[in-house]
Amino acid sequence: MELCSFLTLDSFITDPLTHGFMRKALLMSSLVAAVCGFLSSYLTLKGWALMGDAVSHSVMPGVVVAYALGLPFSLGAFIFGVGSVALIGFIKQKSRVKEDTVIGLVFTGFFALGVVLVSKIKSNIDLHSILFGSPLGISLSDVKQTIFISLLVVILLSIFRKDLMLYCFDPRHAKTVGINVFFLHYLLLTCLSLAAVVGLQSVGIILVVAMLITPGATAYLLTDKFDNMTVISVLSAIISSLIGIYFSFWFDLETGGSIVLAQTFIFLFAFLFAPRYGIFKLKKLFAGYK
Amino acid sequence: METINYQNFRIEAENICVDYNGKVALYDANLRLKPGQICGLVGMNGAGKTTFFNALTGFVNISKGKIRINGESVRSAQKDQTIAYVPQNEGIDSQFPISVWDVVMMGRYGSMNIFRSPRESDVQAVKDAIERVDLTDHLSTPIGNLSGGQRKRTFLARAIAQRASILLLDEPFSGVDIRTEKLISELFIQFKNEGKTILLSTHDMIHVREFCDLVLLINKTVVAYGETSEVFTPENITTTFGGISPDFLFGPES
Repeated sequence: MELCSFLTLDSFITDPLTHGFMRKALLMSSLVAAVCGFLSSYLTLKGWALMGDAVSHSVMPGVVVAYALGLPFSLGAFIFGVGSVALIGFIKQKSRVKEDTVIGLVFTGFFALGVVLVSKIKSNIDLHSILFGSPLGISLSDVKQTIFISLLVVILLSIFRKDLMLYCFDPRHAKTVGINVFFLHYLLLTCLSLAAVVGLQSVGIILVVAMLITPGATAYLLTDKFDNMTVISVLSAIISSLIGIYFSFWFDLETGGSIVLAQTFIFLFAFLFAPRYGIFKLKKLFAGYK
Repeated sequence: METINYQNFRIEAENICVDYNGKVALYDANLRLKPGQICGLVGMNGAGKTTFFNALTGFVNISKGKIRINGESVRSAQKDQTIAYVPQNEGIDSQFPISVWDVVMMGRYGSMNIFRSPRESDVQAVKDAIERVDLTDHLSTPIGNLSGGQRKRTFLARAIAQRASILLLDEPFSGVDIRTEKLISELFIQFKNEGKTILLSTHDMIHVREFCDLVLLINKTVVAYGETSEVFTPENITTTFGGISPDFLFGPES
């Protein structure tokens, strides 16, 4: 605990920046957070939290297979991510098992397959870094891939921002006025798979779902405007990443866990103190009813 | 303004069937409607009313039969913004962070560019539509803060902004206040005069007699279809509602 005695806020922030790996981690995690935060507002409104959970776990075998074959891991993740959703739909349709059960069943199956593959395929994949992320040890090729995927997702979401909002809000109307709902469905799934892949690096496969849910949920408590919700979601995600990484640096904490914990604390703060929807506005809420 | 040929059919549904994974929701259903006609769609819960709407909008595929909208396919009706769907209040997420203005603007999306950036004409259409449903004071109100009636009017405005010639309304009178009910009934008369075709589902038998020229009674298939005065009889209603008498359902004066 020698650091606490001389630590000032200034050095708390600037000292880590003298390390190359920290600058890289901060930048990459912020980028990933921004992407996941952007997507998060759609997922929370669409009610796809469980789907996010499923896809992010299901990409695991895809990542492992891609590594083993020397392919970009985003490709493998994408195939397994979208494949898991297709399989969920298929099993749901062809059996009497309820949807949430099917989702739980499929993604744990895929996840287990991934774990088994890691142990079987001799490669330099570190199971721990897949499960819990390794933003501090990110390689140059990973950096390039992360930047590429992140930009792709941000561009796609930006172009189809309004259509996706309509799709989440009222898919029936979208269909009625000739908007391709099928395309939007798979666009959102694709973005979800890709975001899960990039998120995997900073917080790992187990916690990436938090990156996809928590910022959106926080923003949902703070605003009644969709555009603001997206902005708040992205900002809270980025801030959480920065807080998480700094804390993990100074207090020697698991980085992925710290980032997600920071998000959770921001959510709790919103939950308690959000101007309109926070707990401490309950009285006002009840006074509204005559 | 396009001229309306009142003799051509706006909606032609011939022997349509819809099933969800092998479970039949609607079979051998027929419907023909002309411009300026208002038709009531009456049936129990689960009788296939929403399925009928979904088939007409193309939200579900029909497994048999044929649907023509203005003589063309459902697909081209979608492209031409021909049909507007006004959902039940229960059918939408009222907590969605979106304002009245944004919802009504969605009526214009189908005719905008890929980024859905509103042109001057879109803005004007949205303004006019909101004015017609008397919500000008609530342009930027989130839909979660509206009353049931105001929310219903918001979705009506979306249909107006869309400039659709066919309106499908799912339970337009359920859960609305008197003011909204009056406004909706005034709008119906205007729509009729503009030559729009309206298909509305309702539980309220009084509304059927008041507004509907035609009535379509369904229970998985068509029980009866025709002029309201001829078809909307206690016998038919009893059949539609699985043998329960209309007296029991709606009181003796029905």
